[in-house]
Amino acid sequence: MSAVLDHGGHGHGHDDHHAHPHGWRRWVYATNHKDIGTLYLLFSLTMLMIGGLLALGIRAELFQPGLQLVNPELFNQLTTMHGIIMVFGAIMPAFVGVANWMLPLQIGASDMAFARMNNFSFWLMIPAALMLVGSFFMPGGAPAAGWTLYAPLTLQMGPSMDAGIFAMHILGASSIMGSINIIVTILNMRAPGMTLMKMPMFAWTWLITAYLLIAVMPVLAGAITMTLTDRHFGTSFFNPAGGGDPVMYQHIFWFFGHPEVYIMILPAFGIVSQIVPAFARKKLFGYASMVYATASIAILSFIVWAHHMFATGMPVTGQLFFMYATMLISVPTGVKVFNWIATMWKGSMTFESPMLWAVGFIFVFTMGGFTGLILSVAPIDIQLQDTYYVVAHFHYVLVAGSLFALFAAFYYWAPKWTGVMVPEWKGKLHFWWSLIAFNVTFFPMHFLGLAGMPRRYADYPMQFADFNAIASVGAFFFGFAQVYFIFVVLIPAMRGKGEPAPAKPWDGAEGLEWEVPSPAPFHTFETPPKLDATATRVIG
Amino acid sequence: MIHVPGNRVSPAEPLGPRMHAGLLKAMTAATMLVAAGGAWAVNDLPGGPAVRQLDLHPAVTRIASAQQDLHQMMLYICVTIFVAVFGVMFYSIFAHRKSKGHKAADFHESTTVEIVWTIVPFLIVIGMALPATKVVVAQKDTTNADLTIKATGMQWKWGYEYIKGEGEGIQFISTLDASQRALSDAGTPQGDNYLLKVDNALVVPVDKKIRIITTANDVIHSFMVPAFGIKQDAIPGFVRDTWFRAEKVGDYYGQCVELCGKEHAYMPIHVKVLSTDDYAKWVADKHKEMQALADDPNKVWTQEELIARGEKVYNANCAACHQANGKGGGAIKALDGSPKVLSDDHGVQINVLLNGQNNIMPPWRQLSDTEIAAVITYTKNQWSNKTGQTVQPAEVLAARK
Repeated sequence: MSAVLDHGGHGHGHDDHHAHPHGWRRWVYATNHKDIGTLYLLFSLTMLMIGGLLALGIRAELFQPGLQLVNPELFNQLTTMHGIIMVFGAIMPAFVGVANWMLPLQIGASDMAFARMNNFSFWLMIPAALMLVGSFFMPGGAPAAGWTLYAPLTLQMGPSMDAGIFAMHILGASSIMGSINIIVTILNMRAPGMTLMKMPMFAWTWLITAYLLIAVMPVLAGAITMTLTDRHFGTSFFNPAGGGDPVMYQHIFWFFGHPEVYIMILPAFGIVSQIVPAFARKKLFGYASMVYATASIAILSFIVWAHHMFATGMPVTGQLFFMYATMLISVPTGVKVFNWIATMWKGSMTFESPMLWAVGFIFVFTMGGFTGLILSVAPIDIQLQDTYYVVAHFHYVLVAGSLFALFAAFYYWAPKWTGVMVPEWKGKLHFWWSLIAFNVTFFPMHFLGLAGMPRRYADYPMQFADFNAIASVGAFFFGFAQVYFIFVVLIPAMRGKGEPAPAKPWDGAEGLEWEVPSPAPFHTFETPPKLDATATRVIG
Repeated sequence: MIHVPGNRVSPAEPLGPRMHAGLLKAMTAATMLVAAGGAWAVNDLPGGPAVRQLDLHPAVTRIASAQQDLHQMMLYICVTIFVAVFGVMFYSIFAHRKSKGHKAADFHESTTVEIVWTIVPFLIVIGMALPATKVVVAQKDTTNADLTIKATGMQWKWGYEYIKGEGEGIQFISTLDASQRALSDAGTPQGDNYLLKVDNALVVPVDKKIRIITTANDVIHSFMVPAFGIKQDAIPGFVRDTWFRAEKVGDYYGQCVELCGKEHAYMPIHVKVLSTDDYAKWVADKHKEMQALADDPNKVWTQEELIARGEKVYNANCAACHQANGKGGGAIKALDGSPKVLSDDHGVQINVLLNGQNNIMPPWRQLSDTEIAAVITYTKNQWSNKTGQTVQPAEVLAARK
């Protein structure tokens, strides 16, 4: 019986003493962290598909030089909305969904600290998403200034720009409330005996991520509000005609934007840090180091923002400072990679789907990390800024990084969520198909960037044609892999098809989530469990 | 507010037969492409991109050369570390598997190891940063230039003004070749310099330090020439600079590299580097040309002369948005039958051209009085507009005040 889709759920047993809602009320009034987690995950999957369609529109147009399918304005809308939908609609909510499902289970809490605020955080996303997707149908089409929404180009956009700003405010509020919830839950509701330095790495990475979110989402709100008032209320924050400063927009945006990308990767690090020890059958190497490294990355992420602005005319001192600070982040990141490999070293490894995705993550994310290091060298960045090299870099870390980690999380925790084991061949096929297609799509983009092909171009000089064609073929191949995932992997699992899963399907796994049945009952740890000395087993 | 002009698929139109035809065309082309073994009929463009180029452009300046060296160094170090680290990981994957009977060891921390693999990468990063620092400092030193040129980014072209040095006073606009823009719309790209050909290239002398000052008229653009290793954002309201010293005569190409609206992909940069003598000759010729073209704004033209001139101005500047048939599309107003064009009051249309309208139609002050008068006269007497009116340059000059 799947706890996800309620088939006359007989798994509730003694907790029917309060009638828990069924039907649509269960979902609209949801206050249960598992249900809200499921809502976030399904929402983010939907947005992933929509964002993916936009990407396929881009790649279909770029398959050949010349305009075949769309005009340049629509192309700019596609690139902009692909970015906004993927960042704010797919990746961020997906990690929140995993957090909702797993954090209370992992720390032995009955639910999140603020269950109703949790509901509000989720349902806020729906009108925001409708506005974002619906913006294509507004007069003038969707915003077309790039997901970074630089001024003063944003001042030329139509009414969908205002709708987009409103949507991003709503999403920001949702994130901030979610982060408050996560911080309070983790700090206050850990079962007795689970000290901070004994809690799972996924909890640590989310604790740190939540602080990052609270610190920087208001900054984004500031930037987009100033854009809004410049557009409609006669201010000139960014409008040079009124004495404003377009570069200030970039400073404010990237002060948000850089920590934002770490917000999107730290939870992924946490997931990988859970999975690798489980399948190496060996404790995570250097737990304390991993905590400190994550904290260092988070702190450093606040002082590197202007590496997105090397070409704006920054004085030498500025370029040097931001170059050094950015290069420095590679040190704690490298420490994490080494620790994961040291966890694998002399372990006793098996390679079920979760481990494939986690190891794949380490491999491909590190490639993205290296291109980031190369980009951080300011003189090189002068050649590569705003070219396809940057596009390659961030897709390596966001797709092969964040998205792969999310898939890893799915395969790892799906038995707990759905109560069934996903057949191994399905997960393996998804992995190899995605890995190969991903590299076919994005590896050639490094060459395009080195050759000088600019970003956000609807058409390009013909010498760039071959690599664009390869990238486009790869993109469709990658898209089909995710359609396969939904229909062949996810839906059957949610319907309860497959071998019933034991409480702990992975023999090397550790953590309180494996102490409860699969699928996890609607209510778990209603009283705080008694824990053993390692805070990983329930005793008594 | 910019609306989507009419002739391609826009989101307000349902996906119709045009979209399907386009898709079908693309799929057929794709199959043929795959069948033909891949390559488009295009060659390397000297000074521009090469077919299937794998690395940075061949350097024509010392800075570009230094950037290449830095990139090579970074690449070698990163690849070495990558191979070493993942060599270890893949070895572990093969040797330390349960199926091979390997039993898990017990260790899970070591302060020494953590310190070592923090310090060593830190030292490596310092080693990378030192040579980079030298290049950063060199890149920013724009003092003592031989020639200073201002490059103004506009939607969607570049304006060049020679401000100081040999060639002072020369100024012109550099726009993408209109026929290449049309090829893009038609979906039939062609030429080794496709999307890189302009009407007036930026001309500079070889072996001289050229300082490029960048600014913009409307939104942020960015001036890039990969062969020189330069990129500088052109920001409205701001004046930034960069510099280069080209060491080889030739043609070099770049493109606008900051999203600036719908024609972002269509404002290329072509720099012609000439020998000292050829440059001097070019300057002299250009000065003569400018004097000849310096339209006396008080000259009185015949209607035929104005219409002929106006047609050229229209095709080069207006047709991209208002269409060759004057019908515009979406938010782009039709000129054919437009009340403002048909009006007896010349000032109405002069005002639109000098000051723009609704934040969609940009101002065109950079055109000369004669050009503006000519294009207005053309539109007033073209298509179904038959006003018989003539607008003289002097009227435009008076309106500029």
